[in-house]
Amino acid sequence: METLDFRFASKPVSRVADPALCGVVGSGNLEILIKTGSEPAACRVSIKTSARGFGDTWQAVLGSFAAGHAAGGTEIAINDMGATPAVVTLRLAQALAEYQGGAQ
Amino acid sequence: MNAPLSRNWDSLRQSRRRRLERAAGLGLGKAIPAERIIDLLEAVIQPGDRVCLEGNNQKQADFLAESLADCDPARINQLQMVQSVLALPSHVDLFERGLANRLDFSFSGPQGARLAKLVQEQRIEIGAIHTYLELFGRYFMDLTPNVALIAAQAADADGNLYLGPNTEDTPAIVEATAFKGGIVIAQVNERLDKLPRVDVPADWVDFTVLAPKPNYIEPLFTRDPAQITEVQVLMAMMAIKGIYAEYGVTRLNHGIGFDTAAIELLLPTYAADLGLKGKICTHWALNPHPTLIPAIESGFVESVHCFGSEVGMDAYISARSDVFFTGADGSMRSNRAFSQTAGLYACDMFIGSTLQMDLAGNSSTATLGRITGFGGAPNMGSDPHGRRHASPAWLKAGREAAGPNAIRGRKLVVQMVETFREHMAPVFVEELDAWKLQKMMGAELPPIMIYGDDVSHIVTEEGIANLLLCRSPEEREQAIRGVAGFTPVGMARDKAMVENLRDRGIIRRAEDLGIDPRQATRDLLAARSVKDLVRWSGGLYAPPSRFRNW
Repeated sequence: METLDFRFASKPVSRVADPALCGVVGSGNLEILIKTGSEPAACRVSIKTSARGFGDTWQAVLGSFAAGHAAGGTEIAINDMGATPAVVTLRLAQALAEYQGGAQ
Repeated sequence: MNAPLSRNWDSLRQSRRRRLERAAGLGLGKAIPAERIIDLLEAVIQPGDRVCLEGNNQKQADFLAESLADCDPARINQLQMVQSVLALPSHVDLFERGLANRLDFSFSGPQGARLAKLVQEQRIEIGAIHTYLELFGRYFMDLTPNVALIAAQAADADGNLYLGPNTEDTPAIVEATAFKGGIVIAQVNERLDKLPRVDVPADWVDFTVLAPKPNYIEPLFTRDPAQITEVQVLMAMMAIKGIYAEYGVTRLNHGIGFDTAAIELLLPTYAADLGLKGKICTHWALNPHPTLIPAIESGFVESVHCFGSEVGMDAYISARSDVFFTGADGSMRSNRAFSQTAGLYACDMFIGSTLQMDLAGNSSTATLGRITGFGGAPNMGSDPHGRRHASPAWLKAGREAAGPNAIRGRKLVVQMVETFREHMAPVFVEELDAWKLQKMMGAELPPIMIYGDDVSHIVTEEGIANLLLCRSPEEREQAIRGVAGFTPVGMARDKAMVENLRDRGIIRRAEDLGIDPRQATRDLLAARSVKDLVRWSGGLYAPPSRFRNW
């Protein structure tokens, strides 16, 4: 098990709603909890992952997400069981869309 | 004037007569008892013969393969095997036991690792790895079998054969062998007084043997919908909206993987919602994929011609004779050579997956330590310059590639991959393993499945790259990097150039296609389990036990 923490600058999220939970903790999958954070122009992410040694990949995947989406003002907690970057990217997009309560 | 050289002009016929006389001398008639099969094989096969052991994608002449492997290597040796697929352990046993030493083939999936080891130990000489059509072609040129060992469903007393739904390669093999002085031996599952239909006439067949058990058939094309992931659903949505709909693809072939199974299962849901019924996916060169059942039942599909059959699909196929090619007896007639021809010349699109792709778009399923071959993919996944008839999809692709005055169209050759395989192995690489494999095999060429210059589109979870619209090798490279995700190759992209390609529509992301990621769930699949498929089929589909969990 490895714990990773990141902070990325990101445009403020367009609409704030209730915390959203997406995905499941299962092999090759992950669970994402997204809720309101303290900094409007930053996205904080904390990860617990079963796959050690992929810090650089996480940084790239999450950095790309924070740059491509307005995710500022959120805190994201991830429980990962070896999801591929493809799964992580899809789940992040789904979780953010849920968090915004239907806004795209 | 010189006198013509005197020579025998019927040496093949004489050799054939001697072989048949040796069998007759052992008291062997046309119908061979199973316990005397080795006597027969040792009587009619000679050292150095070219032997075709029928091994298809699905149907296997397994009894004849095991019997040949049990023959005495002192009597039968130096055989040159010509066969489509190396699937069974006995196929490789022939080489390990010293009966055969040369192999020309197309595909060796399950035996790929053993084959690589034999090559490294120099115990096998590989002539070439072919596509199916190439190998069939060479049966009629320089690789004509002296002896063909084939599999049929049933024989009658005269030796007429009924092949059942898994016709596959048999017609091509028998025709080449029987009409060039060769010997044809068929293993059959049953002997019948009257066959449902005659697929091979008796005078093309020299011997039949009732096998102790029915020939093995591999359920190679069954994909359990329960294993389809949401990333595959997302990619399928992008493919349908960004390629199938835009080009109006009506005639096509799908590869074998879960990526394309997801597309099949989105036709009755996502594609129908987009109003695409009747506009895409009407005519197929395809094995009877169980995952196509919901699309057939929804009225999407007009016609399917099959390379072979699929375990459990026979009753469903018989009951859908408007869609599938069936005989007057009601059972399906497949034919690999004709379906490959349809896939090559009569389809507007091939879409399939691969294990590795380089920056020129070359792709290969050959990885280190395994020699697998490619089966039919290189035929399907190539733009045939021999094609002349036009269709909207073909013309649109041709004009994208060469401008409005293009003098020919282009086939859509789509590679659909997630950027990482299992264990975080990147699909996109600087150099294919195929190059190292070439050195290991001592081959003339690297085993590349689909050449980059034939590829029109790449679909990954990150988006679609349209290579037809690229105007330089640099643009192609960046278009590939631009959908290569977080692989090292993808991370090394020129970001400005990739954004430029996106502005020009050469790279398109899910959001560029108006796809909502929240829709990419398994709920969108028309069937989410094998049981759902059975339900869609009205109980006609009978999945093999390994796919049943109820």
